[in-house]
Amino acid sequence: MALCEAEKTFVLHGVEENFRIDGREREDYRPMELETNIISHAFGSARLRLANTDVLVAVKIEVDVPYPERPREGKLEFFVDCSANATPDFEGRGGEDLAIEISNSLAAAYRSPEVFDPSKLCILKGRKCWKIFIDILLLECGGNLYDAVSIAVKAALWDIRIPLVKSVTVDGNNIDMDVSEELHNCQKLDVTGAPVMVTVCKIGEQCIVDPNVAEELCSVGAVVIAVSQDKFSTVLQKGSGSLHPQTLLECLQMGLSVARRLNEALLETLQQIKPSMNQDVGFLK
Amino acid sequence: MSKNRELLSKIGLRLDGRRADELRRIRCKLGVFTEPDGSAYLEQGLTKVLAAVYGPHQVRGSRTKAQHDAAVVNCQFSMAVFSTGERKRRPRGDRKSTEMSIHLRQALTAAIKTELYPWSQIDVYVEVLHADGGIYPACVNAATLALIDAGIPLKEYVCACTASLANNDVPMLDISHQEEIIGGPTLTIAVLPMSGKIVLMEMSQRFHVDHLQKVLDQALRGCRDIKNILDEAVRSHIHDVGSSTGWANTT
Repeated sequence: MALCEAEKTFVLHGVEENFRIDGREREDYRPMELETNIISHAFGSARLRLANTDVLVAVKIEVDVPYPERPREGKLEFFVDCSANATPDFEGRGGEDLAIEISNSLAAAYRSPEVFDPSKLCILKGRKCWKIFIDILLLECGGNLYDAVSIAVKAALWDIRIPLVKSVTVDGNNIDMDVSEELHNCQKLDVTGAPVMVTVCKIGEQCIVDPNVAEELCSVGAVVIAVSQDKFSTVLQKGSGSLHPQTLLECLQMGLSVARRLNEALLETLQQIKPSMNQDVGFLK
Repeated sequence: MSKNRELLSKIGLRLDGRRADELRRIRCKLGVFTEPDGSAYLEQGLTKVLAAVYGPHQVRGSRTKAQHDAAVVNCQFSMAVFSTGERKRRPRGDRKSTEMSIHLRQALTAAIKTELYPWSQIDVYVEVLHADGGIYPACVNAATLALIDAGIPLKEYVCACTASLANNDVPMLDISHQEEIIGGPTLTIAVLPMSGKIVLMEMSQRFHVDHLQKVLDQALRGCRDIKNILDEAVRSHIHDVGSSTGWANTT
């Protein structure tokens, strides 16, 4: 997508008037659609559609050995795949840079033990732990990838069902795990602290959240803020422009308040999700 | 053990309860995304595939690929890392995906009227979300729908199907992952069902040439059935899209 000068001016004026090109105000999000548990063979999954942005997240669990320096902690691994379905630019290895950028920022946002407690994933100290693979598939890019990905990841982690380990017996080097065979006998993870990312985009003199593709092209700089409950988890500045420290602080303030509301809305939505049997789900809808 | 490993029981039922000549349930939807020129989602049993089509557009990258008399069809097959039981390391770029891409291009090039778009390129991207046997046929069928959604002129539908031979005697249609593992030969064909022409045929393992005809017939029958299912989906999609634009009111 390319914008000419006149179009950019139009977007800029709209932001100034607090009436953006799609009719939103500066702190408004586009409509979101969230579904969980749509991939039957994953331990947890979620699909988020934020207007034109489409993200699919699936979680798989494996038993692994903890890192020697952190024997009491499980592992969390993020993998982002930019599907060529989103744009032909992602063909072959074209999407790898973006994928690594997103997965690294997610890993950084989840690193703190206050955000996500990896000791819950420990099975036997220093010997066995759960490794959670969080695989993110970008199916369509309509702007604001970070926010969409972080919400989808949080929903997928909320949806996760870890098999219950009834007992662990150690016999020399052999470790036997007795995993509950009952389907419903499983643990859920506590994700209330999991971060929600908000991209605050600076256009002209104003800041906006949830930029669409056209607005992303007009912005001089953006700040991606990961907020866990009421605290910042990570802050990442993006884009080629530079920001004044004062503006940066304003961005952070705005991002924090938006993220708080977004997180509340997300948790409320997740509570309301009920398993539906006879409905078309996912892409058939 | 031996009882479990039978592809076809004495009363003629398969492991998932189908009869030998039955397809798995196919559900599909056209136009799932807005960004590509055409897109489709297809479920064949548990196998789930997304397809997107971009083009015809200018040839991207090196211009040397461009042909003066036909469009270049570019295919990329990739599998989501979570699509298989065991987590995959890479979504694309391994041997199997490369082979799939080539086979996909072969089948689609045969169906697309490439001569209408000289110097241009058509991109077809397929993404497997759940692999449960018969990936190639599901990809071909989904790609056909996406091409139709993109409005690219086709000679006719191109449909693909697998068939196998159970108990060395009975031809079996649309092989699932479970049946693939148990073994037995697998015949994969992609055909233009109306003219009955075969555009791709691939056979794994061996069976006697005497059986080939009946297995092939079974697969061809499957392709024709799939064509009817796809055709119905296309017609209902066009009907929905058309009625939303109010074509019934035009005189």
